[in-house]
Amino acid sequence: MNVTLKLYATLADYLPDSARSTNSLALSVTDGVTPAALIEAHRLPQKLCHLVLVNGVFVPPGERASKTLVEGDVLAIWPPIAGG
Amino acid sequence: MAWTRKFLRINLTSGSVAVEPLNMEWAQQYLGQRGLATKYFVSEVDPKVDPLSPDNKLIFTTGPLTGTMASTGGRYSVVTKGPLTGAIACSNSGGYFGAELKMAGWDMIILEGKSPRPVYLWIEDDKVELRDASHLWGKTVWETEETVKKQHQDPLVRVSSIGRAGENGVLYACIVNDLHRAAGRSGVGAVMGSKNLKAIAVRGTKGVGNIANPKEFMKVTFEKKKILKENAVTGAGLPTYGTQVLMNVINEIGAMPTRNHRDVQFEGARKISAEAMREKRPTDGKAQLVNNQACFGCTIACGRISKIDQNHFSVVNSPKYWGASGGLEYEAAWALGSANGVDDLEALQYANLLCNEDGMDPISFGATIGAVMELYEMGVLTKEQLGIEAPFGSAKALALLTEMTARGEGFGKDIGMGSARMCAKYGHPELSMTVKGQEFPAYDSRGIQGMGLTYATSNRGACHLRSYTVASEVLGIPVKTDPLTTDGKPALVKAFQDATAVFDSSGLCVFTSFAWGVADVQPQVQAACEGDWSLEKLNEMGERIWNLERQFNNAAGFTAKDDTLPPRLLTEPAKVGPAKGLVSGLDKMLPEYYELRGWDTEGRPTPETLTRLGL
Repeated sequence: MNVTLKLYATLADYLPDSARSTNSLALSVTDGVTPAALIEAHRLPQKLCHLVLVNGVFVPPGERASKTLVEGDVLAIWPPIAGG
Repeated sequence: MAWTRKFLRINLTSGSVAVEPLNMEWAQQYLGQRGLATKYFVSEVDPKVDPLSPDNKLIFTTGPLTGTMASTGGRYSVVTKGPLTGAIACSNSGGYFGAELKMAGWDMIILEGKSPRPVYLWIEDDKVELRDASHLWGKTVWETEETVKKQHQDPLVRVSSIGRAGENGVLYACIVNDLHRAAGRSGVGAVMGSKNLKAIAVRGTKGVGNIANPKEFMKVTFEKKKILKENAVTGAGLPTYGTQVLMNVINEIGAMPTRNHRDVQFEGARKISAEAMREKRPTDGKAQLVNNQACFGCTIACGRISKIDQNHFSVVNSPKYWGASGGLEYEAAWALGSANGVDDLEALQYANLLCNEDGMDPISFGATIGAVMELYEMGVLTKEQLGIEAPFGSAKALALLTEMTARGEGFGKDIGMGSARMCAKYGHPELSMTVKGQEFPAYDSRGIQGMGLTYATSNRGACHLRSYTVASEVLGIPVKTDPLTTDGKPALVKAFQDATAVFDSSGLCVFTSFAWGVADVQPQVQAACEGDWSLEKLNEMGERIWNLERQFNNAAGFTAKDDTLPPRLLTEPAKVGPAKGLVSGLDKMLPEYYELRGWDTEGRPTPETLTRLGL
């Protein structure tokens, strides 16, 4: 199935060069993949994966290894950031 | 005692300058800056006063930690009755002006009356005088600052001034110091202009002493700086990406007010984000972002310094805008961009530069342009009236309308009234995205429910800096809460409101609250200030300040009916994203909030609440 991985701020360094101008990477993944699995597959440091959203909804740390993604999902991740 | 224990009272009508002792009994109840100046203001000014009349007063005020070695200890505030809202106004700024005022030996300046001619206030330690400003009137903030520094032959003079917007009565005119730091909201610059006061220029050489326990203060400020440095947000996220890093976050969660709040996601958000500011432009091979910048004593350094693309249509013939200057910050990028559907990053920086140059709040200005564009698309406003076609997304319209408003030309005069008055004038008050006359900042309350209550109850009209529940609801600071539910939000909003009042009264920047709580401010205040400053006392003080501001607004004529949101947010559900189908649940939160506050059903503090808080 197809999902989209978006990495922002310092996490964008983990994207291939071709994806940095959009912060977005289209992925073909196996059914049942979880956010935690994609975080590990892309070698993202756990401590930088602070804000993990699936389709804009926050996924708490305790659910990242159990929540399964479905076709068309967008997984977006930020390190600790703030503004105002 | 970190206070200097004295302040200036300037009567602009008579031209008199008086030195008065600080009321130390009040200082023990309100600490400084926002709290203490509000106490002075409400004690001296009729709540029904016309904000632009000589009877209104304007207070420049520092906190006890302003000018000290505490991190971010450079803040000052301007307190007055705001012309945009008719409510109490308290606008907070960084840069270096506040610390300089303190180093000159002054906690506060109360300005009253109206000068018969343009003047500026010159302060050189104990030497204080009003000087002729006829040569400055009509000049921009940038020209004024440069002229005053040359005039006094001292580049270290710090200047806080208004531009042409403040002179022309733009109701959201701000007061700008250090070229691009501003007491930005609620139109404090229009009040300054109404008094014929162009600028305050300060040179302070006394330093800031009078620390109650210097050894303890050095120890505790060092410890607290360490917390800021080691915190992932204040130590890395903010200095690297600035506030603009929120652009993609808020868009992703579906809380990005877009096209005058018609939509909650902006398809062009990525193009105007912090990430985009760091990318090399195809036109000149350079990134817009040049560097970050810190205000006085700040160990976070979140400020953005940028260079605009010299080839961009807005500045190709205007070299004066080609240098490094402030921006873009998130609120400005949102208001000038998403709110109007404009995704041209360089056009946003141009409009932002003009706001800095002539002293306009980019939030209220940009949000008003959103209403202009909606009225244009409806056919209510025309090209002939505006001087340009102005559909959503037009960068050229944004640029032209910014110029016209800053200079007080053509339809810019109507835009300068703000969204509420402008929409009412053209028969569509429902399209004004405001609370109590002040435009929303960059968070849609359908996607972040707590912010709806924040906006509705803010004492200075719609504002995010009175209770930034985004920290909890979106960013997980200090704990993550669900942005889509109203449950628990009344208590959350109250806690943020009271805590923010403490930060705003100390001389510290509220951005430290991403790493600090009031419990981290408390030992710094205790070490610096005489008296007992327990955590309980500070928390109660925050609540006291909030109720004092509320009392002023109630006496000014505001009622519970004003604690509301525009019908669009209450009746038109979000079309996409996580909040799809949701409207603001304000009606579910407001009664509980009143109860938690100890207010009656009309939003008035009960006698018991007033007694408990010593009001």
